[in-house]
Amino acid sequence: MAEPFLSIQHVRKSYGANTVVQDFNLDVEPGEFVSFLGPSGCGKTTVLRMVAGFEEPSAGKIVVAGKDITRLKPNQRNVGMVFQAYALFPNLTVAQNIAFGLKVAGMSKADSDRRVAEMLDIIKLPQMADRYPYQLSGGQQQRIALARAIAPKPKLLLLDEPLSALDAKVRVSLREEIRSIQKKLGITTIFVTHDQEEALSISDRIAVMYGGKAEQVGTPFEIYNRPATKFVANFVGTLNVLEGTVTDAGAGRVRVNSQEVALKGKLNGSKSGDTLSLALRPEAISLARQPGHDTSLSGEIAEVHFLGSVIRVRVGIGGNTVSLDTFNNSTTPPPVVGDKADISFASGDMLVLH
Amino acid sequence: MKSGKFWAWVVFGIGTAYFFIPLLATFEFSLRMRRGVHSFDAYQVVLGDPRFQATFLYSVIAAIFTIILGVLVVVPAAYWIRLRLPQIRPIVEFITLLPLVIPAIVIVFGYIRMYGSSSPLPFLASDLGASALLVIGYATLALPYMYRAVDTGLRTIDVRTLTEAAQILGAGWTTIITRVILPNVLIAVLSGAFLTFAIVIGEFTMASLLNRPAFGPYLQNIGANRAYEPAALAIIAFAITWGCMSLIQILSRFAPKSANRPN
Repeated sequence: MAEPFLSIQHVRKSYGANTVVQDFNLDVEPGEFVSFLGPSGCGKTTVLRMVAGFEEPSAGKIVVAGKDITRLKPNQRNVGMVFQAYALFPNLTVAQNIAFGLKVAGMSKADSDRRVAEMLDIIKLPQMADRYPYQLSGGQQQRIALARAIAPKPKLLLLDEPLSALDAKVRVSLREEIRSIQKKLGITTIFVTHDQEEALSISDRIAVMYGGKAEQVGTPFEIYNRPATKFVANFVGTLNVLEGTVTDAGAGRVRVNSQEVALKGKLNGSKSGDTLSLALRPEAISLARQPGHDTSLSGEIAEVHFLGSVIRVRVGIGGNTVSLDTFNNSTTPPPVVGDKADISFASGDMLVLH
Repeated sequence: MKSGKFWAWVVFGIGTAYFFIPLLATFEFSLRMRRGVHSFDAYQVVLGDPRFQATFLYSVIAAIFTIILGVLVVVPAAYWIRLRLPQIRPIVEFITLLPLVIPAIVIVFGYIRMYGSSSPLPFLASDLGASALLVIGYATLALPYMYRAVDTGLRTIDVRTLTEAAQILGAGWTTIITRVILPNVLIAVLSGAFLTFAIVIGEFTMASLLNRPAFGPYLQNIGANRAYEPAALAIIAFAITWGCMSLIQILSRFAPKSANRPN
């Protein structure tokens, strides 16, 4: 196997008795785009700051391109970073901001000017060179910050929630732009976010973090469809959790509100009478029986929310409530609260949460 | 006119009268040197006096050195406190206020005892040493103003993020302070500098007790021996102070504008 470009090995960070990152391990391939996804306080930014050199690990080491950078100062690491707060220098123009790292590195004025023009073209803001940061919108400022970070050709690009401060529309367009620039330049990138949609849409791999640990590292498809832990299943996407009782562990049979459900495969580690949490994504459920749906449960329509193109329906099944979305059809009236309803799904889509 | 606005104007009028009437009276008195007519004779006498020129020049030079010393001490200190030691900010603020509480005469007597010609650091053994000590004393007196001005300037920028942004781009501490921090707080530094200038120009106690040929002791000397010239000098001193304040206002328009920060 090829050497990883970035290797974070057994990294721990403690502030006194408070450990915010514990035994964090991650290998990142060259040119890969990896997102750290997790709720506030999960340690994702702390790991990023340790890679940047702003925090020193209490234990473990960080290796970039075969070189141990754990004890190097931030200005010795050749790493680019984009901050949530943009962090453009208010006293410098856009061109001077982008040229800052080049000047510090001792690049000649002619080369620096050429590189600045190249960067402005990449971020599609060539006309903004002489503007000051206060004359730009948030989205423009963040694109300048990105150009400034990549101008000195860093080995690694770190993005610390760069889209959090922007409005929804700009976030979507900018994240696509970031991904396209990253692919074009082939720069290895770590992206920190608490927004699962962002992480799922642009990452090669995602590290879902919780309590200072990586709960699961995988492709967006794996993270969404095969969550390794209850936290990952709950945090990524919308999830219906049904409480059930094991009736036959060997045959994978579970009772949900007095209705039998047959799961795919055995329930290893469980015995009859045990209670289990079963998870179903809303898109795996339909109100009418669909081809491939081998399981159904009876319940009662509890809530109906008309959202335009989609109608969100909540169905009560005993003590459980299940959410599902159906497309709006102008010729079919929406379900009515209180009506009996059968939901159906493929038993293979049901996940057992540990 | 609403009654609230009316009373606000009344209070403003009283405040203005309280401030301007003595000033106008002083100005009017300074014009009476020539019997029977108003003239600028007192100003001519004062401005033509070689001692005025010498002492004023001495105080201007002392003020410039005081400002340089103040900037060199206060800017890195205030920056470092904001960046790394925010927990000691209240203590530092208290220390910087001490020169307002401790009379200058106490400080200068301390200096005389500490730095006399027989001490290990005999500042007072030479004119240059005594002048250096005066500048150090002035920097102490100006500390409350300089520190607050710089600290207020630092509050308007995101010190930590800007520092980190510069660091990750390869900058060392000198580059960060000179190219990122100082330009963004320059107007605040200049405000502190002009306040320092105004303090130094009129300061009497330290200059007198250290026996320095400064403008403050000259003012006092003229005031004790002449009639009209002290009034003219008072007006000149006011003009210098107001000139400094106006410069602060003008320069603040050129301050780098902060971009919208999300936090």
